[in-house]
Amino acid sequence: MEITSRGLWTLIHGMGFGALYLLACSGALVELYRSTISSVSQESTRGQQRFLNVYLITMAVLAWAAVLSGAYVIYPWYRAVPPPGTTGLAMYPQRILMSSAATIGWHTLGMEWKEHVAWFAPMSITTAAFVVIRYGRDLRNHPQLRTAVICFTLVSFLAAGIAGIFGALINKQAPVQGGHVIQLASGGGK
Amino acid sequence: MNKPNHAGSPANPTIPNGSGAAAVLAAGIGAFALAVLAVAGDKSALVKTSLNLYPPTGPLSGVTSVAVLLWVLTWAILDWRWRSRSVAMRPVNVAALVLLGLSLLMTFPPIVDLF
Repeated sequence: MEITSRGLWTLIHGMGFGALYLLACSGALVELYRSTISSVSQESTRGQQRFLNVYLITMAVLAWAAVLSGAYVIYPWYRAVPPPGTTGLAMYPQRILMSSAATIGWHTLGMEWKEHVAWFAPMSITTAAFVVIRYGRDLRNHPQLRTAVICFTLVSFLAAGIAGIFGALINKQAPVQGGHVIQLASGGGK
Repeated sequence: MNKPNHAGSPANPTIPNGSGAAAVLAAGIGAFALAVLAVAGDKSALVKTSLNLYPPTGPLSGVTSVAVLLWVLTWAILDWRWRSRSVAMRPVNVAALVLLGLSLLMTFPPIVDLF
């Protein structure tokens, strides 16, 4: 059982940062609604507020880690140009997608949108985290700011969702491959 | 056991909304700057070359770096101006969300192709 270093980085980017971020979004939306809007809830305790602050900071770190690893680690491998005379395109995912009318859309629509829209996720969640931390429990007294925080968290979720879905589907069509092989476990015979 | 902090009752906000408004509007402006740069890089060879700050990543490196820089700069300036003030939040929210919506649309390739 083995994985290439590029495959491992793709896994860290997509599953480690991206998928974890998407999972965290639903929790953030529920907690933000509960703690700032819901009329039936009680006021947050200091501990609950501190937990929400740490939760949102962690989300912002995950979102930035996802876009930075995507843009500066994975994307250069994806868009690498094969040297003249190269016949096998396995190491050049963008070229694989662009070589067929059946797959070119994964690049011209999927990757072209994903590479830009993904950045709205960290920008939006950083803004939401800043407002929640800056205002704390006083946020209950600022209805318009609460609306903005919820909307920014939703936009962040949407942007990360678009990027995540296209990322997974593109990697299924033309996976990023190469790098040195990492042995995870040796296959034992039965 | 943690106890609720009652500082700042629902009727009396204790912190002016200026700082939050600055963050919200700056995010809208930053996102819109990213979308405009992405379209410009797609349509102009000169802009595309200028934005190629890190060749392995290509123009995306410049689009995102410049947009993030503009976002942080706008945020710092607005926060400096509004920190101790209360501002009309509704127009700020509307402007920020319209800019965010436009940004989402302007990065969608079929819409970029209309320019």
